[in-house]
Amino acid sequence: MGTPADEARVMGVDGLDALIRALGERGYEVLGPRVRDGAIVYDGIDGAADLPVGWGDEQAPGHYRLSPRDDDACFGYAVGPHSWKRYLLPPRSKVFEAERGAKVFALRSAEMPRKRFAFVGVRPCELAAINIQDHVFLRDTARDVLYASRREDIALVAVQCTEPSGTCFCASMGTGPAATDGFDVALTELLDGHHRFVASAGSELGRELLAAVGAAEAEQADVDRATTVVDEAAQRMGRSLDTEGLAEALYANLEHPRWSEIAERCLGCGNCTLVCPTCFCTAVIDTNDVTGTGALRERVWDSCFTIGFSYIHGGSIRPSLRARYRQWLTHKLATWRDQFGTDGCVGCGRCITWCPVGIDITVEAAALHEPAPAAGAGR
Amino acid sequence: MTTLATTAAASAAEIDKRLVPVPHRVVAVRRDTADTVTIGLAPLEDAPPPFLPGQVDMLYAFGVGEVPISISSDMLLGSQREYTIRRVGPVTRALTDVTVGDRVGVRGPFGVPWPLEDAEGADILVVGGGIGLAPLRSLILQLLDRRNDFGWVSILYGARAPGDILYRSELEQWRGRLDTDVDVTVDAAGAGWHGNVGVVTRLIPRARFEPGRAMAFVCGPEVMMRYTAESLLQRGVPPERIYLSAERNMLCGIGTCGHCQLGPFLVCRHGPVLSWARIGPYVRVREL
Amino acid sequence: MATAKPALAVWKFASCDGCQLSVLSLTDELLALADVVDVAYFLEASSAVHEGPYDLSLVEGSVTTPDDVERIHEVRRASRTLVTIGACATAGGIQALRNFADIDGFIDAVYAHPAYVSTLATSTPISEHVEVDFELRGCPVDRHQLLEVVSALLRGRRPSISPASVCMECKRSGAVCVMVAHGTPCLGPITHAGCGALCPAHLRGCYGCFGPAETAATGALAAWWQEILGVEHTDLLRALRTYNAGASEFASKGEQHVASGA
Repeated sequence: MGTPADEARVMGVDGLDALIRALGERGYEVLGPRVRDGAIVYDGIDGAADLPVGWGDEQAPGHYRLSPRDDDACFGYAVGPHSWKRYLLPPRSKVFEAERGAKVFALRSAEMPRKRFAFVGVRPCELAAINIQDHVFLRDTARDVLYASRREDIALVAVQCTEPSGTCFCASMGTGPAATDGFDVALTELLDGHHRFVASAGSELGRELLAAVGAAEAEQADVDRATTVVDEAAQRMGRSLDTEGLAEALYANLEHPRWSEIAERCLGCGNCTLVCPTCFCTAVIDTNDVTGTGALRERVWDSCFTIGFSYIHGGSIRPSLRARYRQWLTHKLATWRDQFGTDGCVGCGRCITWCPVGIDITVEAAALHEPAPAAGAGR
Repeated sequence: MTTLATTAAASAAEIDKRLVPVPHRVVAVRRDTADTVTIGLAPLEDAPPPFLPGQVDMLYAFGVGEVPISISSDMLLGSQREYTIRRVGPVTRALTDVTVGDRVGVRGPFGVPWPLEDAEGADILVVGGGIGLAPLRSLILQLLDRRNDFGWVSILYGARAPGDILYRSELEQWRGRLDTDVDVTVDAAGAGWHGNVGVVTRLIPRARFEPGRAMAFVCGPEVMMRYTAESLLQRGVPPERIYLSAERNMLCGIGTCGHCQLGPFLVCRHGPVLSWARIGPYVRVREL
Repeated sequence: MATAKPALAVWKFASCDGCQLSVLSLTDELLALADVVDVAYFLEASSAVHEGPYDLSLVEGSVTTPDDVERIHEVRRASRTLVTIGACATAGGIQALRNFADIDGFIDAVYAHPAYVSTLATSTPISEHVEVDFELRGCPVDRHQLLEVVSALLRGRRPSISPASVCMECKRSGAVCVMVAHGTPCLGPITHAGCGALCPAHLRGCYGCFGPAETAATGALAAWWQEILGVEHTDLLRALRTYNAGASEFASKGEQHVASGA
């Protein structure tokens, strides 16, 4: 799994703390996991002490609880309700402002924030999700300057997964539990004996950082142990999804009775889309101020579960919940490939955990993988 | 890491124009029907990138909002463009209420044009329904400009009522040409209408073309396009030579807002012009 | 500007005045608003009354008396655009609880001289009586949303008011879901956005102040509350029967549960 012995380094919690501080000293806005309101969310961190030390989580469809661990693990949990898209594609951002005189009007594009973000504790599935959104927003023919300005120059400190949750299925999607590239530094947390992190650099910045914090060369035993704990995690995935022929099956099953069945349970609330680290849909909202002289365009996280999403004059294309759920699931697992050349799902399990009524994409996809039962056969 | 982020190095100004409208001046306003107006826009600053027939611009009415409108003028007209707009909501109301000298914001052009180059030597069928003639007008003007490059050219047009017929004088003008057939029908006629009555698909069986070498360009309400495609298939036109201009909720124009999805297609990027061979299977699925 | 400013009127029906106070609490924006409209009728703010017609009428409150029924038709006739504001005006308000009980019983219990009380058996939203151009939800309405509606309608724009769920705002704000992470019953998934997910942000379940969202799946949420969260059916009924009790997507589910054996 990834780390050639000659490049692997090892450090303690103090080394991790120094790494976080080194990023801050280099002018990065350092963001990482923290405990807040009974969950692990992403927010600013100043050092290793801000991490959810000693916390784990328990996840099931529609269910999430923090649980104390019997060790001091810094990364002993799976992903929470936040994803990094909150920073790269903010929930609400300004596209332009406009002002008008008698007959003319002038437009000012939004100021591009030039914050350099450092993300600490990025899971392999999340690296995959960032890569997927890059394919949406950074295509040569349609480079999105708002996304690009936030995406450029970020520093990524990845953490290999050793504690998958009950709703994780990254192993099925080929996005985890180990990351082999796409990071500046990748850490594997080892809790046997001395609490330590096996670290490998994936970029020049990563090498600089590891040198700056004085990470020692790792011994082969630590490197092997790091490989083992991640391999074991792959065996403990809470869920799995058989993707073999799935996209084709979904295309063939657009009229499957299962869609109507799901619509009986689905709330149409949009939670799954907003917690998803790859869902990128935004609404474009034009407003004016009360005097009518100023105008604003914003883009705001939207969801294909809203009726207005598919609105054209004369009404919504997808008024039924059945059609809206079908749009979402087929996009994730089939049409996304045709649109962007990647899958739309990384197997992080957020949509399962954070669905208020526990609808499980792996269960629904499996049901939709099968041909519709013959008419008259009942449910 | 930052590989994709640092490669595509389009200039900042160029990128901006994809996201931020450029103010244009209204240079002409023509009332076509009771609810439809054609406006002419000229850029105030740099000329916008050239367009091809079938492409779409996003038009912004200050403080009210933005809508996708197909460019209906002759592509040879230069940077001045025409748009035919039907009043259906607040934004189109604002855009059809403009007077000469007003400002309208423009982003574009977006999307895939009608495949005019592939149509050389083919018998051409242009089938429009209602406001759907607007995106076809820029195509028709090109077809007629390069008339000798094509076989038979037939323009079939259906409107709700005689009063809803778009581009009346131009249709007459095109009909007057010896090398082009123009056939118009209305769904419902009052007194004084001596032309065809019925849906536009009824004009297809008698249109002059050889199915094996025909190419069709269709634009209108989705149900009209579906029936038109079926009629053309029945006459033996291959599905990959029947082109439709699809309509979905287009907001960004560059395939990143997700609203214009139609199965595997982002209509603003892969369309709006798509062949029946590609979108037929999806257009047939209800609520897709 | 030489052209006459549009005339704004604010009307009160059966209500607590809280939504009118939202207009007043706009403070800074209110001054800007006063520059662009002529406040022609707004008794809560000024006793000066200008005759109609009015370009924009904001109507607070529900219809609960025979007099209300007549008056709302007068308001409609005098108004070019009529916007209802708040749960009373859009769904009948908390007073719509009377719709589920015997009005005579209430009258006898509350009033010493019931003979002087002239009231209807139901509290109904304005839209049941006259055509309404836009309904702004909330108990009370959100003042920023109110300003947005007025700003939009003054310019002929469609107000940017999302009818989707509170969850959309909750997730955008980054709040932790109280239902999934704490097991707290929350009406957010079926409630109309507009409050900015105020209660979930303070770790409380949503109370449904903005009424049903565009496609409120009340039954599916109720099933989860009862089967997984162990909510008693009387508590479910109480949750659904508050400020928007009269809204059909909430009311019908409530009735089903009464019918199924309270």
